[in-house]
Amino acid sequence: MSLMKRISTVFRAKANSALDKAEDPRETLDYSYQRQLEMLTKVRRGVADVATSRKRVELQMNQLQNQSDKLTAQAQKALDMGREDLAREALTRKSALTGQLSDLQAQHAQLQGEEEKLTLASQRLQAKVESFRTRKETIKATYTAAEAQTRIGEAFSGISEEMGDVGMAIQRAEDKTLQMQARAGAVDELIASGALDDASSINRGDDISRELEAMSSQSDVESELAALKGRSSNAPTPQLDAPDAAPAPGAQGQAAPRAEGEQR
Amino acid sequence: MIVRILTEGQLEVADDRVEALNALDAAVEQAVEAGDHDAFADALAALLEGVRSSGSPLPADVLHDSDLILPPADATLEEVREMLGDEGLIPG
Repeated sequence: MSLMKRISTVFRAKANSALDKAEDPRETLDYSYQRQLEMLTKVRRGVADVATSRKRVELQMNQLQNQSDKLTAQAQKALDMGREDLAREALTRKSALTGQLSDLQAQHAQLQGEEEKLTLASQRLQAKVESFRTRKETIKATYTAAEAQTRIGEAFSGISEEMGDVGMAIQRAEDKTLQMQARAGAVDELIASGALDDASSINRGDDISRELEAMSSQSDVESELAALKGRSSNAPTPQLDAPDAAPAPGAQGQAAPRAEGEQR
Repeated sequence: MIVRILTEGQLEVADDRVEALNALDAAVEQAVEAGDHDAFADALAALLEGVRSSGSPLPADVLHDSDLILPPADATLEEVREMLGDEGLIPG
């Protein structure tokens, strides 16, 4: 087991060197225990940081999903109005979003994995720190200089290694979180600037975007108008006997019938 | 014997399983020496899986040094080289 043995030796040496030896072994035990508690706090902070990043990525995924849905609706509207070119443009942008969305989903899964691992490491360390506390109190209670010499090492058995391990878990989770945050930040900027187009449409993009938006709001108006007209044309039944079917003031302002025809 | 997979925790592995793990360990070592990233990733995954499947996790409140310590599952070849010390793979 040469590779495993060598890694074990190097790792343990590093973990053990983290412990300072005080004059009185009892002080060493107390000092070490304080460091373990600090480490526990650090792990918990790490879990919280990873959870925050995960939630941020979730928010961005929702934003991208909304944008994607909006583009689908725009494409549909553009098609309804006979503008296949705009529909194609909207769908092109949507496909760029889909790529970003799946990238975010992968990041999200990774963060979730880190969060679970850190949570487990935190629980593990908490249990070990508690065991160490019990062990050190036993040694301190029966302290004599001679006994301390032989038993002080035993008190640390397993705990330095555990702390080194959990320290590594935190470090790795922090690194991953920073990477994710950087990537998520880039998506944030894209969302904020509205520049979620592909690079090839950079010059035409603005025009098309404006036109799409104009069409979108125009067709919103049209469909609302159509809905209104639908409601008003449904209201009077063929009998036309509703006494209170008073036409709304300005009912002559019947919008051009073509609008409804065009919707078909 | 007690084996720790870094960032995952400790497992108790029966001594009679160690022989099989030795072969997997040798494969990881060869891949590190050859600088073969793909072979390294496969060999490390196989080694860790071997330990997980033949070991049982130690209770969280047990304080014990491990007999063997293994790199984390997502370790890169470079990280393992670092873990072996600055002198790389020259036997000490």
